[in-house]
Amino acid sequence: MYRYDPIDQRLVDERVAQFRDQTRRFLAGKLSEDDFRSLRLRNGLYIQRHAPMLRISVPYGLLATRQVRMFARIAREYDKGFGHFTTRQNLQYNWPKLEQVPDILALLASVQMHAIQTSGNCVRNVTADHFAGVAVDEVEDPRPWCEIIRQWATLHPEFSYLPRKFKIAVTGSPQDRAASKFHDIGLHLLRNEAGELGFEVMVGGGLGRTPIVGHVIREFLPPRDLFAYLEAILRVYNLEGRRDNIHKARIKILVKAVGPAKFRELVDAEWEASKEYAPVFDEAEFARIKSFFQPPAYETLGDEDVIAGRDNAFRTWYQRNTRRHKVAGYRAVFLSLKSPKRPPGDITAEQMDAVADLADKYSFGLLRSTHDQNLLFADVRQRDLYPLWQALQALDLATPNIGTLTDMIACPGLDLCSLANAGTYDVVDQINKRFEDLDYLYDLGEIQLKMSGCMNACGHHHIGHIGILGVDKSGEEWYQITLGGRPHGKDAALGTVIGPSVAKADVAEAIDRILNVYVAHREDGELFVDTVDRIGIAPFKARVYAPTHQAA
Amino acid sequence: MRQLIKQREIVTDEWRYADEDPQGAHRALILPLARYQTEREQWLQWGGRLGVRIGPTDKMGALQNDLPRLALIAIEFGGLAEGRGYSQATILRRRYHFTGELRAVGKIQRDQVFYMARCGFDTFEFPEGTDLEVALTAFNDFSVAYQSAADVGVAPQRRAG
Repeated sequence: MYRYDPIDQRLVDERVAQFRDQTRRFLAGKLSEDDFRSLRLRNGLYIQRHAPMLRISVPYGLLATRQVRMFARIAREYDKGFGHFTTRQNLQYNWPKLEQVPDILALLASVQMHAIQTSGNCVRNVTADHFAGVAVDEVEDPRPWCEIIRQWATLHPEFSYLPRKFKIAVTGSPQDRAASKFHDIGLHLLRNEAGELGFEVMVGGGLGRTPIVGHVIREFLPPRDLFAYLEAILRVYNLEGRRDNIHKARIKILVKAVGPAKFRELVDAEWEASKEYAPVFDEAEFARIKSFFQPPAYETLGDEDVIAGRDNAFRTWYQRNTRRHKVAGYRAVFLSLKSPKRPPGDITAEQMDAVADLADKYSFGLLRSTHDQNLLFADVRQRDLYPLWQALQALDLATPNIGTLTDMIACPGLDLCSLANAGTYDVVDQINKRFEDLDYLYDLGEIQLKMSGCMNACGHHHIGHIGILGVDKSGEEWYQITLGGRPHGKDAALGTVIGPSVAKADVAEAIDRILNVYVAHREDGELFVDTVDRIGIAPFKARVYAPTHQAA
Repeated sequence: MRQLIKQREIVTDEWRYADEDPQGAHRALILPLARYQTEREQWLQWGGRLGVRIGPTDKMGALQNDLPRLALIAIEFGGLAEGRGYSQATILRRRYHFTGELRAVGKIQRDQVFYMARCGFDTFEFPEGTDLEVALTAFNDFSVAYQSAADVGVAPQRRAG
């Protein structure tokens, strides 16, 4: 894991001092509400329905246990004893006091963390595949690239006041696990025919009220040109992106307006014009950063039959919540933050402390947050899986539902968010209650259900196999359902709305009917989303909107 | 007299906008870009020091050939959300090697100054009533930076050369 040197540390310390001064000026009435808003947002501080919300950056989802213990301490001392992991792999606190935020940021700085650029119209946290470094199919570890991009983007003098927020994802495997086509920029590490490493560059993807799949504008970008090219994209966007309408300001709207081919020309022209002074890729600096991401000290082990003779509950958990590792004798382990007892992504301070202890004991003192709002221990010895499972069970972090219907993504919705049109947590509860039977969920196979409480789409509803969008109809909460979205890679696709929104009380019933159609139509081993593609949405639509007595 | 920050000092502005001095008596005039372009030939003959004021949608390429004649370019900011000026300044300083005075004007505030200085602005004309002593402290917000830039008045320590 990357460790700060004195320059990194000084930067976050000075940021804390700067924000402390800004907060002081605001509280003293010397900074207007509007001006302070723009400044606090650059430190991840929102004012929500009930209280401020503070979003902490977790660069590419990687966490050391001392950082997790600090999360626990802050949750206890400054919040209501819990935190919430987001689809950008970050952590949010929902109840901090505005005047205490500088103190929280100072505590975070003491463990090499910050909230810089977790909001505002600037480059946000760079996300990555949560299996980075351990994936069997990986071409190259994306994390050193994420870190060097993080540093380049941090307090960038030219690109800190962009038309709108800007999200970058980096993946290093042919199988995309970071929804990179739905980012402002998606970078795919790959090798060309000569075996050289480079990036496929995608631009203009996104969700929100205008969901768009990103376009490839460069098939192979050598690493030496990475920052020159990124700056060319950002300069074109900064100068040409719309600023007159917040809903038209993302780069995807610009790319769509001029067309991907023309946008590529604009970027190439800007790249050419700025060659003389564009950032030069510093091999030595990259080598320094990369040295922090060496594999941990794996033991030489063989793969074991870890489930032989074990109880069924453990077998089930092993099958559902652990994944293959590139090193023999190891496994990657999901900690499910999708217990029916808590909202998706929520974790208590007690759980955080216990998770930190377990990661120290079983996973080299490191863990990851995933864009699906779970946690991952990337490097667990297979022989440790059983005791780890027992410990996770006791913590309610072993719900064996990873990849199933109840491994839902959901934003906080109307319960906490001031932008939301409808609640999400009630609907999550409703679905959890309706689909309690794990055997049924396993029979249904992989289904990604994603839910947002408004069209800003923080819950990624457009790219769920099943998407649920909360809408407001004359003060009532209704829910629009989409089918057939796919978040990742070459198959990336937006879901199709099946019809009019359904009433809050009927959401689980509608999902049940959809699943019944799938079960009736699926071919051997066919995934839900493949059946949707094959038969189209008409049969689902017919069943969902049929009168109750005909729908059984 | 208008006070502003120039090269990290509070000074009295030695320039006048064209509407403040229609006769050009002051011999240091800032013209709106449109007027400068319309009356360009006439102004190129003028003996005083010449500056232009540009807006966020103006293209820097159009000014390229006139830069040797211009002693000042003032870039207008409409508020905190307006970020085009940072790129305009970067292009003027680094692409076209403009060495004259580069002024940030409009609804600017203290907390933008560090970024602006890194993009090559050396003069800051704040809205009336701004506490310039407070604004001066902004140059010290950060002593380190990750990016190479057109730093003027700041010299943050960088890791790489």
